[in-house]
Amino acid sequence: MDAHVIEAEGHSHPGPAVYVKIAFVLFLVTALEVAAYELSHRGGTSEAVIGPILIPVLLVLSAIKFALVAMYYMHLKQDHKLFTGLFVFPLIIAGVIAIALMTLISYHLHYNLGQV
Amino acid sequence: MSDHSHTLEAHTATGFDSRKVAIWTFIGSECMFFAALIGTYLVYHGKSLSGPTAGETLEIPLVTIGTAVLLASSFFVVLALNGAQRGDRRALVTWLSATVFCGLGFVGMQIYEFSHFVHEGLTIKTNMFGATFYTLTGFHGTHVSIGVLWLATLLILAIRGKITPDKALNLEIAALYWHFVDVVWVVIFPVVYLMKDWKP
Repeated sequence: MDAHVIEAEGHSHPGPAVYVKIAFVLFLVTALEVAAYELSHRGGTSEAVIGPILIPVLLVLSAIKFALVAMYYMHLKQDHKLFTGLFVFPLIIAGVIAIALMTLISYHLHYNLGQV
Repeated sequence: MSDHSHTLEAHTATGFDSRKVAIWTFIGSECMFFAALIGTYLVYHGKSLSGPTAGETLEIPLVTIGTAVLLASSFFVVLALNGAQRGDRRALVTWLSATVFCGLGFVGMQIYEFSHFVHEGLTIKTNMFGATFYTLTGFHGTHVSIGVLWLATLLILAIRGKITPDKALNLEIAALYWHFVDVVWVVIFPVVYLMKDWKP
């Protein structure tokens, strides 16, 4: 077994070398997010190219960071699947809540109240 | 007595420590809480009749630094946990101190940002943007503050030598909460700040 690995509840946790790599990727992805935002506001060709796809790009980059933290820093990749279930199932419900809320209230605003 | 109660804690129906199952269950419920806040923010985004709006108010450079500081704190706390599990008290105290310092830095950034916005004329009562922005980021900031207090308490215990490898789970549970606070910000940062000019 890797010397950097720590045993916890029968499952191995990654060591500092893995944590450093993940931190580097997290900072890199954050820099890409800000770069995408800046390019989409700079005008000219970069705005024309990045502008229309800015939101999907930001959401994908955010999802990558979210998954990396959950898998490696929160140890879901190594820990028992029960913990993944306890996190992912409510996360799916949370996504459904957000979409349902946005759909319902958007409908209400559009047909009943207009702008508030 | 304490040994007996420890034995009872260890033997659960699932075979896992109940505290770890509890924190994951709590984190699951928190996902739904923040989904409701983020969903509400998005619903009312761009719906304010009067300013200041998100595009006029929010500034990217400061909050980018805050984001980097919070990500760094997540990195530091896993190093602290690694130190605790190995029985390396020096590493534990050093990295846990860095985590608490970063947490305080993020809270300080948010206090500065809020006070700056209030001076600019944006309060929670100004418009829908103010109401949804302060509610969402305020609740997140409250979670960060609670996390800082929790980690600072563990730091004091670590300095006193009371977080031994067999007690590392106490830090792991706090670290899970701290990482959750971090991943919520990973969503808030692009949705609120980088998409501020988005027209629904």
